[in-house]
Amino acid sequence: MARRYARQYAPLVTMPTVPAHAPQAAERLASMADLTASDAALRRFLHGLPGVDTVGLEGRAAMLGTRSIKTTAKAYAIDLAISMIDLTTLEGADTPGKVRALCAKGIRPDPSDRTAPHTAAICVYPDMVKTAKEALAGTGMHVASVATAFPAGRTSLEVKLADTADAVAAGADEVDMVIDRGAFLSGRYLQVFEEIKAVKQACGRADGTPAHLKVILENGELSTYDNIRRCSWLAMLAGADFIKTSTGKVATGATAPNTLLMLEAVRDFRAATGVQVGVKPAGGIRKSKEALAYLVMVNETLSDEWLSPEWFRFGASSLLDDLLMQRQKMCSGRYSGPDYVTVD
Amino acid sequence: MTFAYAPALESRAVVDIAPAYGLFIDGEFREAADGKVFTSISPSSEEVLCEVAHGGSKDIDTAVRAARRAYSTWSALPGAERGKYLFRIARIIQERSRELAVLESLDNGKPIRESRDVDLPLVAAHFFYYAGWADKLSYAGWGPDPKPLGVAGQVIPWNFPLLMLAWKIAPALACGNTVVLKPAETTPLSALFFADICRQAALPKGVVNILTGDGSTGAELVAHPGIDKVAFTGSTEVGKAIARTVAGTGKKLTLELGGKAANIVFDDAPVDQAVEGIVGGIFFNQGHVCCAGSRLLVQESVADEVLDALKRRMGTLRVGNPLDKNTDIGAINSAEQLARITALAADGEAEGAERWAPACQLPSTGFWFAPTLFTGVTQAHRIAREEIFGPVLSVLTFRTPDEAVQKANNTPYGLSAGVWTEKGSRILWMADKLRAGVVWANTFNKFDPASPFGGFKESGFGREGGRHGLEAYLNV
Repeated sequence: MARRYARQYAPLVTMPTVPAHAPQAAERLASMADLTASDAALRRFLHGLPGVDTVGLEGRAAMLGTRSIKTTAKAYAIDLAISMIDLTTLEGADTPGKVRALCAKGIRPDPSDRTAPHTAAICVYPDMVKTAKEALAGTGMHVASVATAFPAGRTSLEVKLADTADAVAAGADEVDMVIDRGAFLSGRYLQVFEEIKAVKQACGRADGTPAHLKVILENGELSTYDNIRRCSWLAMLAGADFIKTSTGKVATGATAPNTLLMLEAVRDFRAATGVQVGVKPAGGIRKSKEALAYLVMVNETLSDEWLSPEWFRFGASSLLDDLLMQRQKMCSGRYSGPDYVTVD
Repeated sequence: MTFAYAPALESRAVVDIAPAYGLFIDGEFREAADGKVFTSISPSSEEVLCEVAHGGSKDIDTAVRAARRAYSTWSALPGAERGKYLFRIARIIQERSRELAVLESLDNGKPIRESRDVDLPLVAAHFFYYAGWADKLSYAGWGPDPKPLGVAGQVIPWNFPLLMLAWKIAPALACGNTVVLKPAETTPLSALFFADICRQAALPKGVVNILTGDGSTGAELVAHPGIDKVAFTGSTEVGKAIARTVAGTGKKLTLELGGKAANIVFDDAPVDQAVEGIVGGIFFNQGHVCCAGSRLLVQESVADEVLDALKRRMGTLRVGNPLDKNTDIGAINSAEQLARITALAADGEAEGAERWAPACQLPSTGFWFAPTLFTGVTQAHRIAREEIFGPVLSVLTFRTPDEAVQKANNTPYGLSAGVWTEKGSRILWMADKLRAGVVWANTFNKFDPASPFGGFKESGFGREGGRHGLEAYLNV
């Protein structure tokens, strides 16, 4: 893909890599405006991407899942995974007390061992951003807020933009938006594209710096791997800083194959444009072993340039506890139990 | 900081290799009549694993007589009874699979990930599959009551020692034959462990006989007048010699020989999966695979794109200790094979093809060859025509589907081929035109006991696996 694209945009690929949130990235994307000039042009481009063979993709993901991560590699990977977690609570029953408790846990995941790293961010609904921001003050941790009528996204653009602006005004450092899956599935790609662009605009703060935008594709509803690859490119062309697998609110969340596919998409996108985009699997990742398998996929698909919280995140709530139990086991040599990790 | 995988070694302690092994004849291990022995080494460390008896003429004669005696009772057993023994063997193989996988990696040099996840599951599956046929031979399409042939002399190669044994022994026994099998000189151990499994399964004496030795033992075995059927998997050169020996004797013969398969990638292929398929096609088992996709035919319009992706992927291959669970490419099986691969690769360079290999550190002891690819190869190059049987890929290009077919078929071999395209009609058209025993579409090197396998032209004749595989062991 990179080559096919590079033939068209030869001058771009010689440029050095820039993060998707940097101003230079926006300039590069603007220079590719002909791809997104019309619904027809965008469709032509997205449908010209190489297809995905289901059996082959799932086979590769399964093979990478057999990697055996032991001793020093395991210790390194567990700490890395903890530092990549967007510790999440997205319930109707959320209260300021619950959010403060979650923040405390994110700051100091293991009260018995201060060497455990803090998580990357706390992820909440927009009305909880202020509470979380106060609780995390001075820690360097980010507050991420879902927005755009999460999780269904079934409302007008105006409401979605207001939702986003509200979260950013309350202090959100990162916004996790949902795309309009209905529009995507009915082939209105340009509408999805314009909507992401508008939300990106709404992520701008008063001081001119933007909140980072994560675009949730909701892979479980896109349903085919071809759709996931096309939607990944669409989101990145529209300016996504991260592409994220799922809301965690439908039956299929992150899976190894659909995450691998998105890793391949960000790899190809960087090769073609020089713009680096992050990936966030979310929904259904509960065990350390799974988290380690995701890190192996990142390592062998993208190299260690993506192995940091800046470029890879886990959207999870219960994963942290299992990572902590494994971490304690690595230190003490025995398994503890759920009573030795904190209830959040 | 980089994510470096710490060593994750499979334990050697699960396998107990005796200091010496005899020949397995008539249900017991015995020394060679002339007392000759040879050693088997581990190709990854050159460490001597054990001593093995070297079978000679006298031993062959004893083994064939034992198989003949056993034949009269074994062939008279009801199919369901023979099936019971085969099911029992299959279950024991599953139970002992970890031990056998470690043994295979030690003796052969292949990575434990492959012996554990590919070889052993397929070995058990093959016995299960043919166990099921044992009492259903009347329904196999070879008449109401097809009869076995008698004593089968079987000679197998070193690339998949236990799997090739399963391909030979399972159908032979299911049909009611008895066997004398000669494993390869460099990889005799898993066959000897299989002999122990036969005893564990209480298989009647003489039904399976294992004769270890070198090429001369194999040559004498196939020439023995007491043999009714010869089955050989190995090089085309030896296959031709066997065909000459067997000609005019009335022995039934099947040969599964070399290959130089084309893996054909069209411009509409799913690129990432095609790259995986190319890598699996040539670097699986260090390229010691007769059906390896050793010629990559890629459509010129996507050649640069595919090669970039392929090189990037080859850079992540992990070469090293076969017992490390994270190893992708193990050791070359023998010094002799390494010399052959090295010579052919040097020839490729001398003939003007461009050689490329990722930076990778090879261990200092043992036999190793880095995964290598050659670009700028044409049909006239030696590396495009001869079987290298190592981790070396020759890349050629084509412009149209017709040209792809023409180039793919332009070889004395015809064992397998691969087609990569998202267009279903093109897959069917290609499969119809390609002169190869197996055509894989959007995958490569996939095996199943229910699927027949075998070659066209100099890749041999006869089919192994599936219902078709029964014919080789029935008097039809």
